[in-house]
Amino acid sequence: MNNKRSPFIFSVLAFGYAFLYIPLVSVIVYSFNDSRLATVWGGFSTRWYGELLRNDQVLDAALLSLRIAVTTATFATILGTMLGLVLARFGNFRGRTLLTGMITSPLVMPEVITGLSLLLLFVSLHGLFGWPATRGFSTITIAHITFAMAYVTVIVRSRLAAMDQSLEEAAMDLGCRPLRVVFDITIPLIAPAMISGWLLAFTLSLDDLVISSFVSGPGASTLPMLIFSKVRLGVTPDINALASIIILLVSLGVVAAWLVSRRMQKSLPSN
Amino acid sequence: MGNQTATNKQLTEQPWLDSTAQPFIVIENVSKHFGDFVAVNNVNLNIYKGELFSILGASGCGKTTLLRMLAGFETPTSGRILIDGIDVTDVPPYWRPVNMMFQSYAIFPHMTVFENVAYGLRKEGVQPAEIEKRVADMLELVQLGGYGKRKPTQLSGGERQRVALARALVKRPKVLLLDEPLAALDKKLREHTQFELMNIQDELGITFVVVTHDQEEAMILSSRIAVMKQGGFIQVGMPKEVYEYPGSRYVADFIGTVNLLEAKIESKDGDQIVAAAPEMANHVRAYTDLQLEVGDSVCIAIRPEKIYISQNEPDNDDDDRVAGVIEDFGYFGNLSLYRVRLESGRIIQVSAQNRRRSVERFLEWDDKVFLSWRVRSAVVLTA
Ligand SMILES: Nc1ncnc2c1ncn2[C@@H]1O[C@H](COP(=O)(O)OP(=O)(O)O)[C@@H](O)[C@H]1O
Ligand SMILES: [Mg+2]
Repeated sequence: MNNKRSPFIFSVLAFGYAFLYIPLVSVIVYSFNDSRLATVWGGFSTRWYGELLRNDQVLDAALLSLRIAVTTATFATILGTMLGLVLARFGNFRGRTLLTGMITSPLVMPEVITGLSLLLLFVSLHGLFGWPATRGFSTITIAHITFAMAYVTVIVRSRLAAMDQSLEEAAMDLGCRPLRVVFDITIPLIAPAMISGWLLAFTLSLDDLVISSFVSGPGASTLPMLIFSKVRLGVTPDINALASIIILLVSLGVVAAWLVSRRMQKSLPSN
Repeated sequence: MGNQTATNKQLTEQPWLDSTAQPFIVIENVSKHFGDFVAVNNVNLNIYKGELFSILGASGCGKTTLLRMLAGFETPTSGRILIDGIDVTDVPPYWRPVNMMFQSYAIFPHMTVFENVAYGLRKEGVQPAEIEKRVADMLELVQLGGYGKRKPTQLSGGERQRVALARALVKRPKVLLLDEPLAALDKKLREHTQFELMNIQDELGITFVVVTHDQEEAMILSSRIAVMKQGGFIQVGMPKEVYEYPGSRYVADFIGTVNLLEAKIESKDGDQIVAAAPEMANHVRAYTDLQLEVGDSVCIAIRPEKIYISQNEPDNDDDDRVAGVIEDFGYFGNLSLYRVRLESGRIIQVSAQNRRRSVERFLEWDDKVFLSWRVRSAVVLTA
């Protein structure tokens, strides 16, 4: 039976993989294309990577994206962990259902809506308090934190749900105050979830185009924004090189997150 | 049971018989509700210093909830709890002079065995040198000397159990609470660990409160047992009392195996009654302290091991007897269990020690046998 089915499964798999990865592979292949025309193969070359490094516009955008991604990931992890703890450990407080819904809504909310509403918020804040004076790093970071935090919350919360709550009770039983228990027991045990949450938030922030476009101002372009605007003038090989680097970074992030979560499975107590 | 004749020695060993003794743990009218559900229903209990007290009951009857109220993880809906004379009802777990061994053992997976056991002492602010010594001594006591550097994942089930025990004991609590301490161990290890627990308790003199659903475990370990049903205690007593003088059908049936016979009292002479048991086709005699009248319906309980089984009709008229046919039997090595069908169709369970070594069995299916028992072995139950 297995033998009969396997050619079918194999072709489905092959098709799926092809569908997902041929575009990526072609981007990577063409980034090594010597020709100036993005669609004509003109021999192997790494010149576009060299050119990227001399392009200040690209370097600035890359630096901005990285700064935003690191800040976003860090704050999203801290806030998301706190929310996850509250939702998983503080029982049935008033407004718990509402909070759950509100936290998970950014996961399903169309990005255009999130972006637009944040833009309106920043504009009216500027009108009321004169802050933010310019839109750029801080507005994009805040916007990214709001949606990345939701992902971290979900990851941390599911890890907490899988964790034996008597571990925390045992610490309290041995004389530890509740707040201290969080640092002694809870955080070390959910650290893997926090790390994969951080990596996920980092990747999401690095990827984001729509929300960033809404809340950024003149002169502040993230890498995806730069690529998008360049592509509108035609695909050039240096864009392929840039995209390849991003693909590499994101893949590293995903693999790291996977490794961490695999360790997390192993470190779960066996009973 | 010998209340009046208790000697001083008995009173120190069995302080619950001494009306002047101060209980160490007092549970007073304690109830716990979860919404509409009553998990613990108006429980009263005194536990004395140095006892190894078992709370025994079927799964879901509220044992863990009661224990968690002693530890401070649940607050009673009503009632009070006193430990060593102090009302701890509203004292949080980290300030109670009590430690708990969790059913899951709750060993901290990110710490070594040493760190696990040292944790409570660190929180107390004990000096590092003393921590070192006390942890080492405690690991020695639970026979885990040299295991300090191991990670919990490198331990067997029995070793984890002992780490949990060491971690709870190292703080020298006034009371140690144990939730199903042996349930996760296999049978051989469980028997061994039972005696270890008793030895440790004896050595340290700490009051133990053990929750279990295993009646055998409770019988072996305990100074006294409280039998719990649907959130309330239905009998509290020494293992022997609870076994030999069960107060109700539920207890008789829950603790060990028992044959329960419905009967109606036909005559009464002092504390001896004669009752008609339709299933027996004749009369049953029994002794009881209960205030009963002729005509009352009672239940006669007889334990399988109190019944003698023989092929010849016994000629001792002091004993009660009945005839039957062997329906089924099982050989268990040290003893054999027989299911004997009476004329009424009622099945009576009998256990007999296999005193003699023999390849052939003496009794076979469909053998006609006589069952007999001492009149004093029959217990009269009304509840
Ligand atoms: N936090 C809780 N919320 C609601 N019901 C509970 C809670 N804890 C225990 N119960 C209920 O109380 C009853 C007794 O539970 P428990 O004390 O754990 O029983 P046992 O330890 O005797 O098996 C069970 O029916 C259980 O579902
Ligand atoms: Mg339980």
